[in-house]
Amino acid sequence: MSKEWPLWEVFIRGQHGLNHRHVGSLHAPDAEMAIKNARDVYTRRNEGVSIWVVEAAHITASSPSDKGPLYEPSESKVYRHPTFFDIPDEAGHM
Amino acid sequence: MYAQMVKSEATQDDPEKLAGFQARIDAGEKIEPKDWMPEGYRKTLIRQIGQHAHSEIVGQLPEGNWITRAPTLERKAILLAKVQDEAGHGLYLYCAAETLGVSRDELTEMLLDGRMKYSSIFNYPTLTWADMGAVGWLVDGAAIMNQVPLQRTSYGPYSRAMIRICKEESFHQRQGYHIMMKMAQGTPAQKKMAQDALNRFWYPSLMMFGPSDKDSVHSAQSMKWKIKMNTNDELRQKFVDQTVPQAEFLGLTVPDDTLCWNDEKGGYDFAEPDWSEFFDVIQGNGPCNTERRAARNKAWDDGAWVREGLIAHAAKKRAAKLAAE
Repeated sequence: MSKEWPLWEVFIRGQHGLNHRHVGSLHAPDAEMAIKNARDVYTRRNEGVSIWVVEAAHITASSPSDKGPLYEPSESKVYRHPTFFDIPDEAGHM
Repeated sequence: MYAQMVKSEATQDDPEKLAGFQARIDAGEKIEPKDWMPEGYRKTLIRQIGQHAHSEIVGQLPEGNWITRAPTLERKAILLAKVQDEAGHGLYLYCAAETLGVSRDELTEMLLDGRMKYSSIFNYPTLTWADMGAVGWLVDGAAIMNQVPLQRTSYGPYSRAMIRICKEESFHQRQGYHIMMKMAQGTPAQKKMAQDALNRFWYPSLMMFGPSDKDSVHSAQSMKWKIKMNTNDELRQKFVDQTVPQAEFLGLTVPDDTLCWNDEKGGYDFAEPDWSEFFDVIQGNGPCNTERRAARNKAWDDGAWVREGLIAHAAKKRAAKLAAE
C-alpha cells in the first residue's frame, strides 16, 4: 500500500523587490511541511527571502498546441512597440 | 558520470513529427514537459534522470559512513552539508523525471528492487577518512565533467536541475581536495593513507564515464537528442588531463605505470580500467551492492509510518479546518 504525498510547486523571491520565481517542485503532506521542505531543498545558500508553495494539481497551464491562436493577436500589433513610430531627432529625447 | 550505459529506446513515431522534433533540438530549443516528444526520448530520459537521481541518493551512504567519525567538528559540519546537498540533488532530479510521467514512488520502487541502477562508483567501500577526500576530489570531479555539459541538454527540466546542481557541486570537489591536501602534507602515515585512497578510487572513478566508445552502443541516438553531450572517452580523457597535475601537486602517484604525456594529442595516455570488474559491479557483484540496496530498503520500510502518519495528520487537519468554516 502506498499513498504518495502530493506534489507542490515552489516559488521563491530571491531578493527584496523581485518577483517570486518558480524554482522547482517537491513532495510534502501539507502546505506547512511543503514550506519547511522548500527551505531545506531550495534555499540552502541564501537563495531567498520569501517562499510560496502551490499544490501542483491546482495549477492550470496553457497547452503548447494553443501557442499559435493564443499569442497571434499580439504578434500582429506592431504599433504596440514604441519603435513603430518614427519621431524626428529635432523633437528631442522621447 | 552518474548515468552509465543508459539504454536508449528505439522509437516508432510518425516520421514527420519525429523530423519536426529533431529540428527543434537542432535549433537549440528546449523541450518542455507538455510538448510532444517521441516515446523513446521520454523513456530514455526517465531511465537516465532516474539513474542520476538514484546515484545522488545512494551516494550519500559512503560519505554518511564518516559523518560521526570526522576528525574535527568543522569537517563534520562540512561533510554533513555536502551529504545534505546530495539529498537535494537527488530531489531536483526526481522532480525532473516526474515531469515525464513517472511517479516518485515508482522510481523509488525500481531502485529498491534493483530494476533501476545507480552509478557503479557507490558500490565501493569508504575505508578511511582519506576516502572522503578521494571521493570529493575524484568522484565529484568526474561527476562535474559530465554535469557541466548536461546543463545544455535539450530537456528543459533536466537542464534546469543540472544548472542548480553544478552551482553547488564545485564546493564538493574543493572540500575533497582540501582533505587530500591536509593528509598529503601531514604525517607519513597520513600521506600513506591519502595515497591508498587514490589507489583504490582511481580506476573506479575512470569507470564512472562508462565503457569505451567502441563498446558504447547507446550513444548515437542520445547524442542526437542532446541528452548525452560528449562521448565517454572524451570525458574520461578530459578528467585524466585535469586530475593528473592535481595529484602531482599533492605529491601523490596515480596508480598507472603506463601514464605519460602525449604531446601529439595534447593529453595523457593512460591505462583503461578493468572492464570486466566494471560489468561485474553493474551486475550487482561489487563489494557493497548488497549493503547499499539493503540500506535504502531499510530506510524506506522504517520511514513508512512517518509517511503514512503525516498524510493522516494532514487529512485530519484539513477536515477540522473545513468543519470550522
